This record gives sequence, structure tokens and C-alpha cells, in this order.
Amino acid sequence: MTTIHLRALGLGAVLSLGAMAASAAECIAPANPGGGWDFTCRQIGKILYDIGEVSDPVQVTNMAGAGGGLAFSHVVNERSDDADLIVAASSATTTRLAQNAFGGMTADMVRFVGAIGADPGVIVVAADSPFETLNDMVDAIKEDPSSVAFAGGSAAGGFDHLKVLQVLKEAGFDDIRKVKYIGVDGGADAITQTVGGFTQGMTGDMSEVVGFLKSGEVRALAVLTEERVPGFEDIPTAKEQGIDVVAVNWRGLYVPKDISDEQFEAWADKLRAVAESDEWEAAMEANGLAPFTKVGGDFQSWIDGVVASTEELSREIGVIQ
Amino acid sequence: MEVFANLAAGFSVLTWFTLALAVIGCFLGTIIGALPGLGPSNGVAILIPVTFSMGLDATSALVLMTSVYYGAMYGGRISSILLNIPGDEPALMTTLDGYPMAKQGRAGDALVLSGVASFVGAFLATLGLMFLAPLLSRVAYSFGPSEYFALYLLAFCTLGGIASNNQAKAALASCIGLGIAMIGLDNTSGMPRLTFGHMHLMDGVDFLVAIVGLFAVAEVFFFIESHGKGSSIGVKLEKVRIPVAEIVKCRWTMLRASVIGFVAGVLPGAGASLGSFLAYTVEKNVQGEEAGFGKGASQGVAAPEAGNNAAAGGALVPMLTLGVPGSGTTAVLLALLMTLNITPGPTLFTDRPDVVWALMASLLIANFVLLAMNVPLVRIFVKVLQVPPWVLLPGVTMVSFVGIYSLSGSYFDLLLMVGFGALGFVLRKLDVPTVPIILGILLGNHMEDSLRRAMVLSDGDWTYLFSSPIAVGLWIAAIAGFIAPMYLRRLVKRPQMVTD
Repeated sequence: MTTIHLRALGLGAVLSLGAMAASAAECIAPANPGGGWDFTCRQIGKILYDIGEVSDPVQVTNMAGAGGGLAFSHVVNERSDDADLIVAASSATTTRLAQNAFGGMTADMVRFVGAIGADPGVIVVAADSPFETLNDMVDAIKEDPSSVAFAGGSAAGGFDHLKVLQVLKEAGFDDIRKVKYIGVDGGADAITQTVGGFTQGMTGDMSEVVGFLKSGEVRALAVLTEERVPGFEDIPTAKEQGIDVVAVNWRGLYVPKDISDEQFEAWADKLRAVAESDEWEAAMEANGLAPFTKVGGDFQSWIDGVVASTEELSREIGVIQ
Repeated sequence: MEVFANLAAGFSVLTWFTLALAVIGCFLGTIIGALPGLGPSNGVAILIPVTFSMGLDATSALVLMTSVYYGAMYGGRISSILLNIPGDEPALMTTLDGYPMAKQGRAGDALVLSGVASFVGAFLATLGLMFLAPLLSRVAYSFGPSEYFALYLLAFCTLGGIASNNQAKAALASCIGLGIAMIGLDNTSGMPRLTFGHMHLMDGVDFLVAIVGLFAVAEVFFFIESHGKGSSIGVKLEKVRIPVAEIVKCRWTMLRASVIGFVAGVLPGAGASLGSFLAYTVEKNVQGEEAGFGKGASQGVAAPEAGNNAAAGGALVPMLTLGVPGSGTTAVLLALLMTLNITPGPTLFTDRPDVVWALMASLLIANFVLLAMNVPLVRIFVKVLQVPPWVLLPGVTMVSFVGIYSLSGSYFDLLLMVGFGALGFVLRKLDVPTVPIILGILLGNHMEDSLRRAMVLSDGDWTYLFSSPIAVGLWIAAIAGFIAPMYLRRLVKRPQMVTD
């Protein structure tokens, strides 16, 4: 009896050791330290450990290159059954996948676990702009598309560009190839161009414009969310102005494709736990993120929808054939 | 004065601990800058996770990072002078006269002089940052696509004659550089160009890969071929002393270069490389042919170093006041600030004066620490030249490989780097200068983007390029910069023009 007990104990110990080793998870940030993806990995990794969802600190690996494409191909080709791997993702990931920027790889080659926060899209103008509402701007573009140029922090066809086009299409302006857009180096640069009067509007994320809103150099015409953003209640949504567009830069994770459904569900549960934690709430507030939780199976179908509509829009403006 | 009161408050947050961090940061930065393949931007990027794991507070993290930043700006010149391999991209211009000086056995002089020039540039830029930052932030608002295009044009117009007596070869080299700059995702159309469907080329060619390939790897090939002849390694060294006379001689050079570098740094998108480049070319034109630029002129060492360090300080102006990074390194610093929950932008100076002034104080401290560290350390650095070349060059190459691999963790960059090495070897055999190639890669993208943006905004109307006084002024300067050297040369009738 004793020996059996001892053996069982020993086996249990070995198993639990194995389980512990297995739970030393790795999070790949497909960019250099400091950016949004790096933030996602470090914050989620830290909170997972702090709230006891994982037994060891999550190791963060920075794998920059090809706008996230290198990390994507690494996961697809070399780690496709690694159940201890999570990868940071955002709207940029789906936009690039939809535009075939990852060398032929598609969104279904990984599994998207969920998003647990989002940077709301905004459209801002210089303080002295004649446009008072989003519709003023839309009307001006309908009258003369060349009279309004936008600056944004992403390249042409990138998420910042697509936000404006979605708004204009929804407002009934179909000639979207006529819309002038210049892609500059980041949201702050786009604001300088707008304040300087070189462009008439700026399209970006809420976190990029906060400082300039406070200093009064720019005004926000609309925020692209379902409801007004906490802390910025004076900025109307596009929806209340009759233009039903929601475009947020979500922060979330994907995992390799070939892990089991149980392993996938385990990650989904862990991510839900992070989303519900006070730590995450504090991190979101400090970084200008709005609550946006979509985790598990319905996130995948939401992603599929986003990819499909991005593809259609990109085709229309000629970024892809 | 308010500035001094603020600065005193900034200094008050400094403790022995933060001072120790500054010293460590300066030392690490100098090493990172000196090692080819590790520039200030990836040096700072690599250290960001370290600040997280050490649990440093905002002030300490800033002190460490700015020390590394300034340290790397100082350190870049060391390998430029000793090995003809720029430690990072802003140190590129320092190879032109620094290496010839080392070859003449004056490596110590070159290092001390460039160290002092770095100090002057960085110090003046820090003062400029303290007194003028909120004012200067407005400058960025008056620079749109057409103004930037004219600015880059100015840089390319003054390129003629740099690094070579044969202008056609310099032009060929810059065209190669411009061609390489076109690789990758095109910002204006969102389409990949010249990537051959290869994902690794989507982001374009990292200029560190090009620099290390064209300089370090090509140097190794040369070394193998010539069995070490013609290398500065092993040249007899004069005793290291402080070249007071040369420093005094270069005082106006340093001042001019600092101002030029600072202004280039303040303009987002121009950055340290443009600063050191313009500082060098302006100085070359001011001094004329007699100064012997390209053959070890002391002004040719002082100007780019004062220029690039001043630009490093200047680049902090748009970063802090607008949140617009003026260079690769400030982009990384910006990211660091954001993760520390400090959002640079127009409200930073009023919202977080504690952080801003602690940063200014740490910049000043880092600068003095670096001066104190660099001048005595020159004795150690020049000892590098006494290391047998068969140890030194493979060592440098190994470090470059590791540094480049750390960029994206992909072997593709290594292959590309070796490819650039082969290209550099062939070009040097043909006596085509490699410096303009790097400048083409560094500035070509920005120049093209500016032009294309201007064309989008104006619906293809070319007159838009001359639509503001600033743009017109820059165009006039560019044309003058292109024509003036030809006339100046004709006036002094240098014989080398005839022999070319």
C-alpha cells in the first residue's frame, strides 16, 4: 500500500512539475518594445501572473518585422501546436491579413482568442476649422472631394485610412478613391500636419489625440464607437450624427491553430479573467483604452466579418486587386 | 529665472542612485554606440525591458535611457575613427576625416577633438531644449510636405563632391542608395515595391544592415584580400594628449555645426543623420578646399560630431512638445514614455513639469559624465588599434552579426548584410564612395514620401512645391548649395578638378 501511495505521489509530483513547466507561457509581441503589441503582451502577461492564472511569469518575446508578418509566419510554420504560446494582435493584424500583406497567409491559419480593450477611432480637425460637426465635413467632401485632405498615422490602405472611408461610404459618398489621404509617421505627426493647415482632417486613435484635445489645438468631430467614451463625454459618436460606423483599434490575442479545443478554451477563460480584473481596468484607463470585450468563439466570427469587409473596401480603393 | 528654478527642481529628484544609473547608462551607451550594428535606437529598445524588470520609476528610467541615448551618440564616433566603420548612422560622416586622421597616427587627437565637439553640440542643444522647446514646437506646424521635400533636396544638392573627387561616382552611389530606399511598402499607395513577394523586404532595408554590410563586412573582405595592408590597424600611435590648439581652432566650427544640427533635429523627420550631414557639408563649403576635407581635416571631425549630438538634443523638442519623434531613437524613447504613462504632447510641460525637468537635468548630467568619461577613456579606446587585426576584425564582425540578428531575429538580415558587404567590396574596388549610398537610403524615403504627399494634397500641381516662403527659401539654398561649390572651385582653381 505504502509503495503504491509513494508511487502515486511521485507520479503526481512528476505530473504537476510537467504541468508547471507547461504553464510557463510565452507571449510574442510582433514589434519592438514600446509599441501597442508590446504593451498588450506585457500587461496581459503581468496580470495573468498577478491574478494567479499562470504559475510562472509570462515570458515576452519581441519579434519585429513585416508589420507582424514575421511573427505570424513563425507561429504558422514553426509553432502551430504550441499550447503555451499567445501572440498580441490588433486591428492592424486583421487589416494586413485582409490585404494579403502577410505573404499569402490568411486569418484562418491561427485562432483568434479575443479582444479585451480598444482604442476608439476619432476624426479631428484643427481648432479653427470651419467644420463643426461630422456632417459639415461630409457635406464639404460630397460637394468637392478635393477640398478636404486627411492625414493619418498608417500607410494608404491602413486602418486610419479605412476609418475615414467607412464613414464617408456610410454617409452615402461612394466615390471613395477621390478622398485625399496622406500617411505620415504616426498619429502625432498627422496632427501637426492638420494643425499646420496642410490637411483639413486627422484620422487616428483616441490615445493619439488626447494631449492635443486638452491643449485645445484640435477638436474631435466624432468618435467611432457605439457609445460616448468615458472621460470624453462631450465628443459625439458618429452613430448619433446619423453615420453608423464603429471602428476601434482592439487589443487582443491569437494562438496557434493546431492546439486542442480544451487548450483554446483555457486561454479564452484566462483572457476573460484578465478582462474582469481591476488591474486591467487600471491599465486601460492609464492608456486611453475603452472597454471592448469579445472573447472565445464569437470573436472568431467577428474577426471573419471584419476581414471580409476590410477586403472589400481595400479592393474598392485599389490597395488589393 | 523660471527656467533655473525649474531646473533646480529637476536636479532635486536626482539621488546617488539615479546618478549611478547615469554613469552606467553613459558607459553602456558608449559601448552600444561604438559597436557596429548596435545603434542608439536598438540599444535603447533592448534596454527597455530591463527598466521594466528592474521596476524603475519614471524618473530613474528616463535618466537611464537618456544616458544610454547620449552615450550612444558619443560612442558612434569611436569605431568611425578607429576602424572606418560607423558605429551608427549619425556617425557616418565622421568616417570621412576621422579615419584619415587615425591613419596618420592621430587617432587620439581625433577622438579627443570629436569628444569635445560632441559635448559642445549636446550641451548647446540641451540649453536650446530648455529655453526654447515650447517656442520651437511651433516650427513643426509650418513644415508640410513641400517644405520637407525642399529640405531633403537641399541635402542631396550639397552631396556633390562628398567623399569623392569624382562627382559622377558620388551621384551613381546616391542613386544606388535611392533605389534601395524604394524597397518595401509604399506609404502613398499601400503597395509593396521591389519586394519580389518576399515578406522580409516589406519593411524595406534597415539602414543598419546596409551600414554594417557596406562598411564592416566589406572591410573584412578587403582585409582578407590585402592581408591587412592599408588598414589603420597597427599604425604607430602618437602619445595621447589633449589637442588644445585644434580644439580652439575648431571653436566656430563646433558652434556653427551645433546650430545646424539642432535645427535639423527640431524638424521631425529630419533627424541626427541629416544634422551631421548638413553640418559637414556647410563646414566644407565655409572652409574651402584648403582645409583638406576628406584627408583628415580637424574641422571635418568636429563638425559632424557637434552636428549629430546637437541634432540628438534637438530631436527631443518635437518628441516632448508634440509627441512626434524626430528620429528612430526618439521614437523608442517616446514609446518608453507612453509605457510609463507619460504622454508627450503639447500639455506635457504643464502637466508633468517634474518629469520634463528631471529629464533636462539628467541630460545635462549625462553630458558632463560623458565628457569626463570620454576624454580619459580615449587612451583605452586607441589601445584597440594595437589588438592584432586577426583578432580585432573577426571580433567586430561577430558583434555586428549579433547586433543585426537582434534587429528582427531573422537570418535574412544577415544574408542581406553579407550581400551589402560584397557590394561594398566591389564598389570600393571601383572607387565608388559608399557614404552617399547610406545617405540615399536614409533620406531617400523621406524625400519621396514628402514629394508624393505634396502631390496628393495639391492634385498633382507642381507649383505647390514653391507655395510657401520657407519652401522657396530652401529651394534657393539648395540651388546655391549645388552651384556655389563649382564656382568656388573655379575661383581657386584647384588642380584636382583638372586631373579628374
